[in-house]
This record gives sequence, structure tokens and C-alpha cells, in this order.
Amino acid sequence: MSDPAPKKGPGLAVWLPLGLFAGFLALVVVGLYWPADREVSSAFIGKPLPAFDLPPASDDRPGLATAQFKEGGKPRLLNVFASWCFPCKVEAPQLAALAEQGVEIDGVAIRDRKEDVAGFLKQYGNPFKRIGKDDLSQVQLAIGSSGVPETFVIDGKGIIRYQHIGDIRQEDIPLILRKLAEAQ
Amino acid sequence: MFSASHHSRSCRAKSRHQARRQVSRLRSTRTVVVLLLTNLAAFTLTTPAAAQDMLPPAPYAYKQLADPKQEAKAQALMETLRCLKCQSQSIADSDAPMAGDMRHQVRTRIAQGEDPEAIRQWLIERYGDYVSYTPQVKPITWPLFAAPLLFLALAAFLLRGRFRRRKGA
Repeated sequence: MSDPAPKKGPGLAVWLPLGLFAGFLALVVVGLYWPADREVSSAFIGKPLPAFDLPPASDDRPGLATAQFKEGGKPRLLNVFASWCFPCKVEAPQLAALAEQGVEIDGVAIRDRKEDVAGFLKQYGNPFKRIGKDDLSQVQLAIGSSGVPETFVIDGKGIIRYQHIGDIRQEDIPLILRKLAEAQ
Repeated sequence: MFSASHHSRSCRAKSRHQARRQVSRLRSTRTVVVLLLTNLAAFTLTTPAAAQDMLPPAPYAYKQLADPKQEAKAQALMETLRCLKCQSQSIADSDAPMAGDMRHQVRTRIAQGEDPEAIRQWLIERYGDYVSYTPQVKPITWPLFAAPLLFLALAAFLLRGRFRRRKGA
């Protein structure tokens, strides 16, 4: 072994721990300031609605079944909600506005009691054509929804075309309308 | 927390400097504690209204299957499925209602004779790979499986050099 070789080697190696530490620090900073998106979006977009037949969640609206989406009508919204869900209350005026513009909205009430749904609809309005009662989150799991509220655009053939995660805000309405038009 | 403050107050055999430092440290601890408590209060005050359903848990959310073999299969699967509400927990660990509904789904399907891996696949079709804690070998995941082998090979290569040098010396 010659003299200069070992001098060169450690010279660079000495910086390795610091380099690793800096890299680790950078990773922490990135994770801290730009946290990863924790929303789980459905992988079921573009696929047909799975088969389900839910009993009504409300006395003045029928229940909800897959067949109703395949009647070849215009695209509809499928709103996954619950009376116990706070953002669903925040979303209510936007759903009302969409219904007023002629958008047909069906609801799936997740783990909800009839009397609570009735109270919710009475207080925040009822934009729904049909409301299915999903006590075991079966439809929610079947369409890849991971929370309430979520809103799906379903085309006339019963294909899921778009998923909106979280409450629909005022500024989301144009996007929802566009997605409905695209599903035409 | 409170016993600590009591303790420092009763402790007299200290220099003034030490005592002052103690007080300032105590004050900052107190601030942290107050902040924590207010956060906790805010959290407990707001969350129940936001996410509390009134329905009882799904039948098989907390009830094991009668057949111990099937239950073992279900348990093994549930431990490797992610709760979508509490994302760092498995559905076996989580008390979120949705996790309960997922457990119900897993148990009833296994009771009907469905293969655990088919149930996992069913969920992956809907939620993506994220729902499963067990990584599948796919084009995007092969580095995950190849990296340990590569590192082992690299280590062997480096060590081989060392051994050779030692032998030569």
C-alpha cells in the first residue's frame, strides 16, 4: 500500500456520515413541510358500480340499487354522507345548489339511524332523489370510498367517472358540473 | 407534571442561579403543558360531534368466527390490511367504525369460504396497494425486494476487498 492512497480514501469517507445526516435531515424537512397526501382515492374510477340494493334511509325517499343507475339516463351524483358527519352539514348548501340546477343526486347514508337521517334532512335540506341505508359500510367499501362525505359522478351506464373526496365547497361546483358534463 | 413543580418548590438547597434556571425551565414546561391541555380540550370538544355514529358495531366487528381455523385466517388477513381512517393502524388494531365494518366483511367472507388473498385483492382493486400492508411483487415494487440482495452483494464485495488486504498483510 502506498502512502497517498489511504489519505485519499478517508478524506472522502469522513464526510459520509455528515452527508447521510444531511440527507436524513432533508428528508425530515420535506416530510414536515410538504406532508404526503393522505387521502385514499378510489381505484374504482372507470369501473361499473358494483351490485347493491340498499333499503331506504328515509321515509319519503326510496332506497338505492345499482339497477337504477343503469337505466341510461343522464349522469348522476352519488353522495356518500352521514347525519353524524360534520362536513356533510357544511356541504348541504352546495348539494342544494346542484339539485336546483337540475343535477340528480342519490345518497348513501353510512351507519345512520332513520330518525337521525330525518332530522338531518329536515335541518339541512333534502337534495336527494333516493337514499340508501348502508349500515355496514358495504357500498362504501365496494366503491372504494374511505370516508364521508364523498361524491361520485356516475354516468348513464352506471360507470363511476369521478370521485370528489371531502365536502363540496362553493368553488368546487363548476368542477362537479364539468365532470357531470364530461360523463354525458 | 404537577408533582415535578411541587418538588422543585420544596427543594431549597440550591444556588440562586440554579433556582432561577429551574423556574424558567418550569415556566416553559408549564407553557407546554397548558398548550397540550388546551389542544386536548379543543380536540375532545370538537371530534365527537364530527365522527360518532349511533349504530352498534357490525356483528362481526368484535365477534370472532366460531371456527378457530377460519378466525386465525381472518386475523392474519386483518393484521395486514390498513385502516383507511387511522392510516397507521391495521383494521385488526383500529376501533374506527369503518375498520369494524371491514373486519365484519373479512370475517363473513372467510366464513363463506373465500380465500384471504382474494379478499385482499378485492380491497386493492378498490383502494389501491395502500390498503395492504403486505407488498406485492410488481414492476413498481421490485426494488423493495431487490435492494436487500443488492446491499448484501455490495457488502460482500467490499468485505472481500478487506479480507484480501488482511491476508496479504
